[in-house]
Amino acid sequence: MKSLPSTWIMGWRRGMIEIRQFTRQKESVVFTTLFPVILMAIFGSVFTGEISHGVKFSQYFLAGMIASGLINSGFQQLAINIPMERDDGSLKRLRGTPIPATSYFIGKTILVFTSIFVQVFFLLIGGVLFFGIHLPTSAHKWLIFALIMFLGIGGSTALGVAFSNVPKSGRGASAVVIPIVIILQFFSGVFFVFTQLPHWMQQFASVLPLKWLCQGIRSVFLPDAFAQSEVTHSWETGRTLLVLSIWLILGLVISIRTFKWNRE
Amino acid sequence: MLHQIRLIRDLHSSAFDLWGGYGEGSPSYLFAFFDSAWQDEDVSVIEVRNLHKTYDRLEAVDGIDLSIDQGEIFAILGPNGAGKTTTVEILEGFRTRNSGEVRVLDFDPQFKGKGAREFRDRIGIVLQSTSDAGDLTVYETIHHFSGYYSNPRNPLEVVESIGLGEKKRALVHTLSGGQRRRLDVGLGIVGNPELLFLDEPTTGFDPEARRDFWELIRGLRELGTTIVLTTHYLEEAEALADRVAVINRGKILEIDTPANLGDRSTSLARVHWESAGKMNEQFTDKPTEVVAKLMKEFTGEIPKLAVSRATLEDVYLQMINDSDGEST
Repeated sequence: MKSLPSTWIMGWRRGMIEIRQFTRQKESVVFTTLFPVILMAIFGSVFTGEISHGVKFSQYFLAGMIASGLINSGFQQLAINIPMERDDGSLKRLRGTPIPATSYFIGKTILVFTSIFVQVFFLLIGGVLFFGIHLPTSAHKWLIFALIMFLGIGGSTALGVAFSNVPKSGRGASAVVIPIVIILQFFSGVFFVFTQLPHWMQQFASVLPLKWLCQGIRSVFLPDAFAQSEVTHSWETGRTLLVLSIWLILGLVISIRTFKWNRE
Repeated sequence: MLHQIRLIRDLHSSAFDLWGGYGEGSPSYLFAFFDSAWQDEDVSVIEVRNLHKTYDRLEAVDGIDLSIDQGEIFAILGPNGAGKTTTVEILEGFRTRNSGEVRVLDFDPQFKGKGAREFRDRIGIVLQSTSDAGDLTVYETIHHFSGYYSNPRNPLEVVESIGLGEKKRALVHTLSGGQRRRLDVGLGIVGNPELLFLDEPTTGFDPEARRDFWELIRGLRELGTTIVLTTHYLEEAEALADRVAVINRGKILEIDTPANLGDRSTSLARVHWESAGKMNEQFTDKPTEVVAKLMKEFTGEIPKLAVSRATLEDVYLQMINDSDGEST
C-alpha cells in the first residue's frame, strides 16, 4: 500500500501550479510586476529633491514601494482571491481530495514569494537605472533585508489567509480589502514621509506591521545617518523584527484556526 | 447472493431497531452470526441510519436510512430541494449531521482527525459545477490532481477515458459545458477511488453528450467502482442505476430497482383505442387478452391502439405527488 505524498511535497506542487496559473493571466503578470516601478516613477517625478542627510525622495520611497508590493501581492491578493476560490468551487474541490490545508497555504506562500521576488528585482533594477537609487554594499544590510522580507512575506501571506474569512463573498471581497490596504499604506508612510504624518496616525500605524516593514526596509536602503530622521532617531532593527514576528505568528494562528474550505 | 445478503441485513437492521440495539435481553448471539456473515462479504460501502440535518428549523434531511453495496450504481432521485445534495455532502464529509449514524468505507466522514485524509484518498467527488478561471490545460489539471493521491491513475489514460484526448492541451476555459463536466469527472476518478460521488453530473447536457457520459459511468462500474449519483433526470436513473432511492422533503419514499419502483413491474397495463369516434381505455393485468378480444370486434386495424405500462416518470410523479399531498 503506497502512502500519500507528504504535506511539503503537495505544498510544493500547489506552489508550482499556482505560479503557472498566475503566469497564464498575462495582463495581471505585467501589471503586478511593473506596478511598483510605475508608482516609483510617478512619485519620483512629483517629489524631487532631498528629505535630509542627502536622501532623495525616490530613495526614501523605494522602501515604501517594496513594502507596498509585499502587502499587495500577499495580503490583498489572498484576501480577495481566496473568497473568490471559495465561491467558484475550486476550494471545495480541493477539500474533497486528500490535500491538507497546510499544503494549500504552502502553495500560496510560494506564489507570493515568487511574485515579490520578481517585483523587487525589477524595482531595484529600474531604481538603479532610472532613479539613481543606491544599493547597499554590506552583507550585513542584505542579511537584514532577507530577514525582513522573510517575515514580511510570511506575515503578509498569513494575514491574507486569515482575513479571507472576513469578506462575505468573492464579489464583495475587493470592496472590503482594497480600502483597508490603501488607508493602511497612507498611515504607514508608504506614500509620505512617515515622520511628517500627524502624530495620532503615527501612533496608530505603530501597532500595525506595515509601518515596521517600511522602516525596516529603509534601514537597508538609506544611509545610517538618516536614522536620525526616524521617530526615535534610530532604525530600531530589533523592535522591527520583533513586531513583524509577532504579526507573523498571529497571522498563522488566526489563519489555521479560522480557515474554511467552503461556506456551510 | 448479493440480494440474499441484503435481505438478511435488512431483516437484521429492522429487528435491531425493534430490540433497541444490542440492549439487555436482546438475542444478540443470533445477529452476531449475520453480522459476521455480511462483514465477511464486505458488500456494504455506505451505511446510513436515521440521518437528520436541520437548517434554521427546516428538516433538510429527515430520518434517512441507506445501505449501498460495493460495485453498485445507486441513484438518489428527487425534486430540487428534496435533500439530495445535503445527503450526499454529508456522506462526502462536506457537511456535519445533526443526528444519525453514517459509515462510509467504514469511516465517519465528518470526523476531521486522523484517517480523514486516507478516507478522501479512497473516494472521488464530482461536485455540482465549478467555475474557476480555467487557466490550466486539461492535462495539467488532471496531472496536478493526480499528485494528491497515494495510488493515482495515469493522468493521460484518465484524459483519454473521459474523451478529452484531443483536448488535452486545451485551456480549461475554452471547453464547452459538457467537456468541462467530463473534466470534473476526470478529477473525481484520477485518484483511483473505490467510491465515486456524482452530484447532478449531466445537468445542462445535450442528449448526445448525456449518452456519452452514461457510457463513461458504465465503464467505471466495470472497473468495480461503487457510484452514488444524484439526479433529477429519470431517464438517467433508469439507464444507469442498479437501485434508485426516491427522496422528497428529506424523506426516502422508496428504494428499489428502476424496473420495480412504485410496483411498476406488477402494475396494470393500460390498453387504449378508439371506437365510434371516442377514446376508450382499460386497465388490465392481461393486456394480450384484451387486445385479442378487440381484434374480434374490429375488422383489420384497431383504431389508434396502444398498450402501455407506467413509465418511471409516471410512478415517480405519483410518488412525489402522494408525499406532497400527505404533508400538506
